[in-house]
Amino acid sequence: MNTSDSDDDSYNERTALVTSENPVVPSYRPDPDLTPPNDTASKRPRVTRRSGPAAADGGGSDQEVDADEEELTLKYGAKHVIMLFIPVTLCMVVVVATIKSVSFYTEKTDQQLIYTPFTENTTSVGRRLLNSVLNTIIMISVIVVMTIFLVVLYKYRCYKFIHGWLILSSLMLLFWFSFMYLGEVFKTYNLAVDYPTVGVIIWNFGAVGMICIHWKGPLQLQQAYLILISALMALVFIKYLPEWSAWVILGAISIYDLVAVLSPKGPLRMLVETAQERNEPIFPALIYSSAMMWTVGMASPIDAERSGQETDEEAEQSSRGAESESRPSRSFPEEELEEDRGVKLGLGDFIFYSVLVGKAAATGGDWNTTLACFVAILIGLCLTLLLLAIFKKALPALPISITFGLVFYFSTDFLVQPFMDNLAAHQFYI
Amino acid sequence: MTAAVFFGCTFIAFGPAVALFLFTIAREPLRVIFLIAGAFFWLVSLLLSSLVWFISVQISNKNSAAQQKGLLIFGVVLSVLLQETFRFAYYKLLKKANEGLLTLSQEETMPISIRQLAYVSGLGFGFMSGAFSVVNILADSVGPGTVGIHGDSQHYFLSSAFMTMAIILLHMFWGVVFFDACEKQRWWAVAAVVISHLVVSCTFQNPEYVASLVPTYIILFVMGVWAFYSAGGSLRNLKLCLTCKDKDFLLANHRPR
Repeated sequence: MNTSDSDDDSYNERTALVTSENPVVPSYRPDPDLTPPNDTASKRPRVTRRSGPAAADGGGSDQEVDADEEELTLKYGAKHVIMLFIPVTLCMVVVVATIKSVSFYTEKTDQQLIYTPFTENTTSVGRRLLNSVLNTIIMISVIVVMTIFLVVLYKYRCYKFIHGWLILSSLMLLFWFSFMYLGEVFKTYNLAVDYPTVGVIIWNFGAVGMICIHWKGPLQLQQAYLILISALMALVFIKYLPEWSAWVILGAISIYDLVAVLSPKGPLRMLVETAQERNEPIFPALIYSSAMMWTVGMASPIDAERSGQETDEEAEQSSRGAESESRPSRSFPEEELEEDRGVKLGLGDFIFYSVLVGKAAATGGDWNTTLACFVAILIGLCLTLLLLAIFKKALPALPISITFGLVFYFSTDFLVQPFMDNLAAHQFYI
Repeated sequence: MTAAVFFGCTFIAFGPAVALFLFTIAREPLRVIFLIAGAFFWLVSLLLSSLVWFISVQISNKNSAAQQKGLLIFGVVLSVLLQETFRFAYYKLLKKANEGLLTLSQEETMPISIRQLAYVSGLGFGFMSGAFSVVNILADSVGPGTVGIHGDSQHYFLSSAFMTMAIILLHMFWGVVFFDACEKQRWWAVAAVVISHLVVSCTFQNPEYVASLVPTYIILFVMGVWAFYSAGGSLRNLKLCLTCKDKDFLLANHRPR
């Protein structure tokens, strides 16, 4: 099946990791039009009314970077790492479970994407390598062109075009790919389901997905949909990318990510900077956000009150009187500003992590390789988030994780596997 | 029937470890991160030892079975030594990181104590070691057919599962004892950990699979008691805890007496 343009471009600008601790970029709001821009300005005065160390909790303002801030940064940092570990793990689990059970995604097929026209069915190793490198060059150029196109559109404020493009690609993913997926799952488990039922299921799934991703919805439902579409996209890549091309593309795209996000004229960097200048969130369909600003899906006001009280207990004794009066009015901004500190990860990162782990699961029936890649990617993500906490600006999330993942994939497959097989045969436990 | 074997062996092998994870580690993000980092360190040590083994196999005579067996034992010994070396390296790294965090935050207490780190890193090592040893066996146990048809032991899956559980718990106990010994500079304890690891890994491989479980569990019990005492436990603590009269613990967990 030759896929059309609109679905494959959706990963382009998604490979970036942005912190929302920078107060200029408010964390993702489901509806950017509703929240007026003067809201953020009005929240600041309420924060600075607090005294001393207690203000560390509302450290959304840059001015108060002190020792307590660092301690809280560590605790929040660890919490954010876990808030990203869980969705990344879930996406990988979905992909690996599908690969291991539904054989459709691992069947050899002669169909390839139009972006990888060179076949790998040749006999000589050199020719195969050359073809995979050429495929990679074509794929990366397509990605670069589309990213630059998107950045140009964004710069010249062609929002309608971009939104239309994104809506079209998420329509494709939510309806067509999930229909295919469902069909394959039914075939694997030999279930006979009639078309009307499938129609109702897919219609509901897709419609709710479109609303959650592009408009408003409960945070967790939106996160679940983003994970699912990343998993679907990763499965498409695993199926249609030829073997060696996939590995070379993974390597090349992490280099591209590094360049695009860090170099001054990189398209992704320009995208993030333009979004920050204009004080707008980056498009909701491209970024996974672990926390949210407003009350949709937030804890009940009672919990907000309680959390405000608990943090007040840690405040200085002398200021307790002043704080207790203003507690009710401050518990909300506290909650908001705490929620504000979520971390965002681009969907392209999810997709390529899952492609790596899925490919490890697909080639050979070996679980050790899959586990090793999984741990390697998580550690890479942890290191990336550590760097994010140090540098406090948008960083590429692919290079470290993909490097670790590739190193561990090849070394586990070639070195560790024979060793472990021999050990298991002789019942040695190390 | 194969599904029963699969689920049974999975729960035997990973039950205690997953329970420990869920009840003590899952709620604290910092502990989860250090667990995964511990697993990563174990993985790197395995990688290096496999590399050395692989190279030695390539340059050896592949037809001689005795030589291959000898090389395998050499590989196991090397792997154990490398694992303990990496445990020590992880200890050093954690000490440095903890000191750095302490100076950074200017507080008197560290966010996570070295004992907790010992427990968490030991469990991380254990998880990875257990997973690598048994996951392929579990995956095969689901499939059609089972072992023992050609006269091999029928208890292969079951003994693998029990051995894995022992290894995971042993790694955790070794972690606690090792870190405590490094803190107090008791090098004989470190040597004891290394030697017991070698004993468990090298000597227990016989066709009768089951017979090697008993000594392993004896060592597990001994190491467990040792770890309990080095982590600060005592009979008095144990009694107070079990009869719900330990005031410090109750206060810390905001429970009524």
